[in-house]
Amino acid sequence: MVDEVTKKTLASIPLLKTKAGPREKDAWVQRLKEEYHALIKYVQNNKEAGNDWFRLESNKEGTKWFGKCWHVENLLKYEFDVEFEIPITYPTTAIEIMLPELEGKTAKMYRGGRICLTDHFKPLWARNVPKFGIAHAMALGLGPWLAIEIPDLIANGKVTYKEKQQE
Amino acid sequence: MTSVEELQLKIKELEEKVKELSLKNQEHNVSSHARAKIDHMSAEVVDSNPYSRLMALKRMGIVENYEKIRTYTVAVVGVGGVGSVTAEMLTRCGIGKVKLILFDYDKVELANMNRLFFQPHQAGLSKVDAAANTLQFINPDVTFETHNYNVTTLENFEHFMGRLKSGSLSEGPVDLVLSCVDNYEARMAVNRACNELGQTWFESGVSENAVSGHIQFLIPGEIACFDCAPPLVVASQIDEKTLKKEGVCAASLPTTMGIVAGLLVQNVLKKRQEEYRKRKQEEDASGQNVEEAKEEEVVVVHEDNEWGISLVDESSNVESDSKTSSGLHLSQGIRVAFERSTDSSNKDTEALESEGDGWEEAEVSLDDLMAQMKTL
Repeated sequence: MVDEVTKKTLASIPLLKTKAGPREKDAWVQRLKEEYHALIKYVQNNKEAGNDWFRLESNKEGTKWFGKCWHVENLLKYEFDVEFEIPITYPTTAIEIMLPELEGKTAKMYRGGRICLTDHFKPLWARNVPKFGIAHAMALGLGPWLAIEIPDLIANGKVTYKEKQQE
Repeated sequence: MTSVEELQLKIKELEEKVKELSLKNQEHNVSSHARAKIDHMSAEVVDSNPYSRLMALKRMGIVENYEKIRTYTVAVVGVGGVGSVTAEMLTRCGIGKVKLILFDYDKVELANMNRLFFQPHQAGLSKVDAAANTLQFINPDVTFETHNYNVTTLENFEHFMGRLKSGSLSEGPVDLVLSCVDNYEARMAVNRACNELGQTWFESGVSENAVSGHIQFLIPGEIACFDCAPPLVVASQIDEKTLKKEGVCAASLPTTMGIVAGLLVQNVLKKRQEEYRKRKQEEDASGQNVEEAKEEEVVVVHEDNEWGISLVDESSNVESDSKTSSGLHLSQGIRVAFERSTDSSNKDTEALESEGDGWEEAEVSLDDLMAQMKTL
């Protein structure tokens, strides 16, 4: 199910230990620290490998997350807003990553811009509770989704390059 | 002078009024047929009595006290193919209060028209509003309470629990919760709420391929909860987590949805009747038995524990789990989306664990981590 490159990427993201959702006060703070730790490590790894592709930050409680993710196609950078909330059943159930601006443009999406994770990611998450965290959801959920969907959307003209997206 | 806030409030008020009026307007052409509220359910057999056929249940010896149904409160979570029909059945039965709690992003769509209840002219309305509107017209005696939100998010969940706890007609806990949602996350949220509140509930669902369905009765503390004994595991040993959710590609049929809703409401009615009988028996036998019962309450000590059953804390610091894949006997055409982690298939993650990067969690504060993330 998972190829060698992904395995290697995955191997370098620290696993999480605490099984706690946002309704468990102290344990959640601990979980949140682990989430941040794993995310920071993953972004650093990406930077070192030259394939930096997202930024995330959260509110103070760590329940709402937002940021940007981007995809490079033919030397052009396509950038999208990404957001999600931590459900109260987390980490037993995974997060639902949303790309609101792409809603209605692809069939691989539920209402509200929630990307479809059912086939390629949810089973992986389910067997790795509570060791997987947000970083893993980005690496194994959003990453592959962007890699497959965005080129298709560009080819169909549903996503077009915007000049000001360039940094 | 009025401040901006005041004006904004006023606008909100007016917007709500407009919405209300437009809803009323839609029904205007039929509103002349709307009936007035009825204070008492009458058993009188006349064409104009909406309850005569229900009250006949008493004369047939099926129920003793049908009119008691008016004190009953049921919360319906999810108003899709099953939930809407369930709510309609309860409404037509003259139940006291129906609560409709729905996921925020669900509106009536033309794609819903292969199922019962909703009509094409309702497309675009939120499902709870559309449903409450129709149902109120069918039976004005029923009280409705609608909430248009996603129960799995933190803020909504607290409110959701609060409404289950004090949402009945007498502001006590609701009598029953019916889960008619279409995805695993929401089921788990309902499960969690009911577990915490000790709330009895029914789970319901229709399969992806639309030709089978289930209902499941859950009493927290007495029967294994949804998380431990999901219906699919019990029925066919398929992991609940592999269930897909409706929306993108699930099939659905009005027939299956109707059957599941019918089974669900039939069991709600049976359950209500059972409760009444039990209460009556208890009342009849009250007095002498109270003291006896008290003496019987001793700490349960099992004489033997042949199978070595013990309670295990699963809440924190879970190390590697050693689950083995159970020998599944699947019927033809069904496959599991993934195997439970076995020693061999879990190698990749096990290797990860030993690697460890020597990070001591206690040393860093959350604020530092957040700041570090921002500077990346």
